[in-house]
Amino acid sequence: MPKAILYDSTMCIGCKACEAACAERWRLPYNDKVAGEPRLSAHKLTAIQTFGEHFSRRLCMHCAQPTCASVCPVGALHKTSLGPVVYDAEKCMGCRYCMTACPFQVPAYEWNSRLPKVRKCDMCYERQRAGKPTACAEACPTGATTCGDREALVAEARRRLAAKPGDYYQRIYGLQEVGGTSVLYLSAVPFERIGLRTDLPQQPLPQLTWRVLEAVPDVVSVGSVLLGGIWWITNRRDEVARAEGGKRR
Amino acid sequence: MNGRKLPRFTVWRAVFAVLMAAGAYATYLRVRYGLGGVTNLSDQFPWGIWIGFDILCGVGLAAGGFTLVAVVHIFNIERYKPILRPAILTAFLGYVLVVLALLFDLGRPDRVWHPLVMWNPHSVMFEVAWCVTLYTTVLALEFAPAVFEKLGWHKPLDWLKFVSVPLMIVGVILSTLHQSSLGSLYLIVPHKLYALWYTPFLPVFFYLSAICAGLAMTIFESWHSSRAFGRDLELPLAAGLARVLAVLLMTLLFVRFLDLQQRGVLGLLLRNRTETWLFGLEIALLAVPMALLFRRRVRWNPAKLYGCAVMVIFGFIANRLNVSVTGMEAGSGTHYVPRWTEVAVTLAIIALGFAVFRAIAQYFPVFEEHHASGAGSSRGPTREAVDEGVPAGVG
Repeated sequence: MPKAILYDSTMCIGCKACEAACAERWRLPYNDKVAGEPRLSAHKLTAIQTFGEHFSRRLCMHCAQPTCASVCPVGALHKTSLGPVVYDAEKCMGCRYCMTACPFQVPAYEWNSRLPKVRKCDMCYERQRAGKPTACAEACPTGATTCGDREALVAEARRRLAAKPGDYYQRIYGLQEVGGTSVLYLSAVPFERIGLRTDLPQQPLPQLTWRVLEAVPDVVSVGSVLLGGIWWITNRRDEVARAEGGKRR
Repeated sequence: MNGRKLPRFTVWRAVFAVLMAAGAYATYLRVRYGLGGVTNLSDQFPWGIWIGFDILCGVGLAAGGFTLVAVVHIFNIERYKPILRPAILTAFLGYVLVVLALLFDLGRPDRVWHPLVMWNPHSVMFEVAWCVTLYTTVLALEFAPAVFEKLGWHKPLDWLKFVSVPLMIVGVILSTLHQSSLGSLYLIVPHKLYALWYTPFLPVFFYLSAICAGLAMTIFESWHSSRAFGRDLELPLAAGLARVLAVLLMTLLFVRFLDLQQRGVLGLLLRNRTETWLFGLEIALLAVPMALLFRRRVRWNPAKLYGCAVMVIFGFIANRLNVSVTGMEAGSGTHYVPRWTEVAVTLAIIALGFAVFRAIAQYFPVFEEHHASGAGSSRGPTREAVDEGVPAGVG
């Protein structure tokens, strides 16, 4: 059963307990200065953001078909069957294509390190494998962040939308964005008003490049035959001309 | 050296020394303080001019190598042979410098070999890595005859001759793949790249424009070496390439505008935005030389021909920087201006390229000796025949 996280913006009180728990789980420093930073970075893998009276939370979306995993030339990123998209720092050579390509602008880089790594949320892969909830879900005092099986969470989200239609913008973010993600959002207002991109396609992005890469074997085979053929014809033409002792070319 | 040219050379040597010193200092800072210490890159904008210029432009400007190999050895248009070796050398140095630049840009340059053993065939970058590695090897082998001739090694020369045709076909295919794939890299960012540049046809446009840049570079490099080495410019050949270049530029501009029209984004050109102006600059730098190169008088005037080649090169660079930097800024929600250290490394790499080319061209038989081979005026066909004959020969 693939796991997921459901973040309900209407229940979030902006206490940032998830940030603190996440920092602790990664053994990253967490203090008032870090808490004040609104953006994801190499030392902050989840961030609570404020939009007027609404809160939002940023973290890796753990896409069903992750763009980052598809673009990584060394396969340092991959989608586990459990749901989390995990990163193998030992493979990474630091090309940062994942950062360029991620539609949610999630992966962060250790810019000031001499042996830098990409940093991003891994949905507490190790904890989840052991059957434990993610650190953020465990720490959340209001239930704004919960984790569990994706199907069950989608059903729960639908139940909330139906139970209090007035409180919610009637959509679940993450259901279809770039082919679906393992982090789902509920909000009182349209999602672009809590800082989420709503201009993303519903198709998984990796298709865009795979369509071209698929053609590589054809280019190679057709190209070789074509170029070889042209060479043979032009060369033969010259040979014949020479053998006939006619004028050059 | 040539006494008459001495003062000029001193100026250039001084410029070279300054660029190399700045580059060396920037390199020290890069190693000491990491990417964050020397670049203005950020999580929002992870690719700067080291990718946009050094890699994208470097590879594209080296496209003259495979283009001329195809013309001379596959289409068998032998009269272009005198400028083949310099073009191969330009390409080979271009790729070596691209790999050098990549070592600056990679967060972990010690792992540059990883894509060769850790595969992900779904990644465009993986394909580019393999193609660039293999093609750099092919270029080394294509240039090797010049080295073996100089050293008088005849046996390896014979071996190379034996494999030369398959080698050249492989080189052309590898080039086709990765020149277009550098455009495919950006297919994955429809949400970031500005609509004037984002199109499903990016790989096609990258391929076509790389061939244009390669031809322009060949003319540029031929003009410079004729001055530096006191040789005659192979004007009939350069003019012939220029004619093909004009036709290709016209094709490129036509399909690009057709694409804009088909995607219904021509209206964007009316918006007063930075993107619009830089797009206009890019198009102008390609359209003006195209219009000029259709005139015989321009093609047969070395100075004007050179000017056009330079314009095409700058138009090409503008295109690559627009795709990789300008066009990505709005979608990334940030601005990026390279730090001095980024520019210093880039300039030092370019200067190194010029210097190494010069050194190799002096020592190895890169340029055909005019009298010995009889290339050029003595045996060559008339101006008209060469100039007009190119498209017919290619077709």
